[in-house]
Amino acid sequence: MAKTQYYIPVGPIHPALKEPIRVEAEVEGEKIVKVDVKRGFAHRGIEYMGMKRNAIQTLYLSERICGICSISHPYAFVIGSEKALGIEAPPRAQYIRPIIAELERIHSHILWLGVVAHEMGFDSLLFWTWKGREKVLDLLELLTGNRINYSVFMIGGVRRDIKESHIKAIKETIDFYRIFTEEMKDVFLSDPVYKARTRGVAQLSKEMALKLNVCGPVARAAGLRMDVRQDNPYDAYADIGVRAVVPQDIVGEARGDAYDITLVRLYEIEQSLDIIEFCIDNMPEGKIMAIPNYVVLLSKIKKTVGEGIGMHEAPRGEVVHYFKYDGTRDGPAVWKVVAPSYNNINSWAPLLLGAEVADIPIVVAYIDPCMCCNDRVAVVRDSDGRTLDYSLIRRKAVEKTMKIKKELGVIE
Amino acid sequence: MTPEFITYAFAFPILGVFIGLAYKGIDRRISARLTSRIGPPIRQPFWDVGKLLLKETIVPENAVAWIFNAMPLVAFASSMTLLLYIPFGILKAPLEGYGDLVVILYLLTLQSLAMAIGGFASGSPFSSVGAQREMVLMMSYEMPLATVIVGFALVYKSFSLTTIATTPVWTMVGPLAGIGILLLFIALIIVTPAELAKLPFDIAEAETEIAEGMLAEYSGRNLALFYLSDAVRGFALAAIEVVLFIPFTLSSIFNLNLTGASLYIVEGLWFLFKVLVLYLLAITLVRTSFARFRIEQASRIFWVYVNIIALVGLALVWMGV
Repeated sequence: MAKTQYYIPVGPIHPALKEPIRVEAEVEGEKIVKVDVKRGFAHRGIEYMGMKRNAIQTLYLSERICGICSISHPYAFVIGSEKALGIEAPPRAQYIRPIIAELERIHSHILWLGVVAHEMGFDSLLFWTWKGREKVLDLLELLTGNRINYSVFMIGGVRRDIKESHIKAIKETIDFYRIFTEEMKDVFLSDPVYKARTRGVAQLSKEMALKLNVCGPVARAAGLRMDVRQDNPYDAYADIGVRAVVPQDIVGEARGDAYDITLVRLYEIEQSLDIIEFCIDNMPEGKIMAIPNYVVLLSKIKKTVGEGIGMHEAPRGEVVHYFKYDGTRDGPAVWKVVAPSYNNINSWAPLLLGAEVADIPIVVAYIDPCMCCNDRVAVVRDSDGRTLDYSLIRRKAVEKTMKIKKELGVIE
Repeated sequence: MTPEFITYAFAFPILGVFIGLAYKGIDRRISARLTSRIGPPIRQPFWDVGKLLLKETIVPENAVAWIFNAMPLVAFASSMTLLLYIPFGILKAPLEGYGDLVVILYLLTLQSLAMAIGGFASGSPFSSVGAQREMVLMMSYEMPLATVIVGFALVYKSFSLTTIATTPVWTMVGPLAGIGILLLFIALIIVTPAELAKLPFDIAEAETEIAEGMLAEYSGRNLALFYLSDAVRGFALAAIEVVLFIPFTLSSIFNLNLTGASLYIVEGLWFLFKVLVLYLLAITLVRTSFARFRIEQASRIFWVYVNIIALVGLALVWMGV
């Protein structure tokens, strides 16, 4: 009898994936009949590293959790830290932070639009969107000195002020993106092939979205009005009154598919532009750091006993940092990061079941997954499926190093 | 067999491979410029082939080795044979009289078939899915392709390509059949990217879905042969379309009185220019401006829409002739 079922391993290395994760699919013809998602290929022990450093070093480390959300993690970090320390950033800093964060959201969303176009083979759209994304990266470089890892947030403020000359550049960029977003809406939302590839693909109902505990644009595309900036406002967001962007407000109904999520992301770019405009128009004068001296700040942290939770609406969803300062050292005694991709990847298995092989890249890309954000633990199993404990793995690693040394003739 | 025939038989495939690779280079360059990139130099495909020929050829453990290795040869041989059936401008095809449009149809199919069989034989799930998709796609676009050829047979009462090449189709038909021929041309243009496995119908090789599908396991010399046959096929298909639908010679347009070598050179270059323009319009522009369809969407497009266009065209031709 001919074999009708094939086993297709997508990942850990696969052209559809930008970071390692594994989707194991059993397919019959083009239909997926069985699916399993395996994570844990990008675990770096970053929380452990953070608990060995002082709080300012850990803040910079938190920027390196994700390659794209390099402001979202520090944002949650500083908010949580400030709560634990009982300090508050000066008003001007509270207005500068959302500007940087929203600029990051714009570049992250444009990046996603390009990636999803690439996943369906639309490479010219990828090049076009990424060409448009350069402008916001240039602005971020102007404001912070870097294209990606901005290093501009500090516990109790920001490290760089926005000057009058910057505001002109910001306004020019906003004007550019108002036009560019309109063009992107034209291209993405009315292109028949794009619609054919995304309508009904990765469709998540409202109930399913609640059950799977998804967050961010994925939840909003399913019609859930959830946004940390709206539900739990912080900094200048409290003055702005951000409303979650949901498809039912734009087109009347929420279907929760990949087309709707494109819609949500495109309209969120406009929302971000509005927020930035509000922030630069209403920015109060004043200092930008609550405690400008880092030594004073670190000694205050060393004396603090307390805990705090910081939340921020990252481009991919809510990112949560939990801290505990135990009063013995100048860094967090406990640091726990919950990234949005951790919740959103839950939606892969139910969405892939019954879908087609051609939909795998779109289902995988539509949540804009970030593997290195979500991998918090790595478990090694032997061939019988037993979990190997840490001491054994360590001993094996040392033995292997010794063996290599011996083979290469390295003598200590 | 005359010495002239032997010269043709050797010169045509070499020329065909050269032009095929050069057109591929131009195609890549223009596609890059359209997406605001600089793009590779035009001689890049030659370097690619050279590099692939130097690389190690790996046969997967669970592949059926002899089929896996034979299929690139079959594909390459069929594309080389295909070249011998194409009249270059006013030059006669070397194998004229030994076959006709139907043979060309078979040779085109044989290449896709060879890739699909190679994919099945390579024992990789990605290749198997790719090969299945290629089979489905072939079943979808063969019908409109055959309809086009039947339409021409109706006009000329013959399948011979040389007959078609010497008498332009537009002089043979009245206005009604002319519209029919135009519809057939549109159908053939839509089939072109599918036949060549280019976007939006590169479903069988979808990079982000199944990692180049049928070609996933191919490397080294085998991949170079597939690459060459792909390049040649692109040129050959565009050339056939030019011969069928844009057969006007430069001398007939401008009433030139050229003779001897100058006639052959001018007409040869004119033919290559026509092929290049069609290649850029039907392949480069299309592949730059579309996303990939899903296999069932592509099937529906061919079975319903393209078939309707082709059949209406055929009906008009039948009524007009």
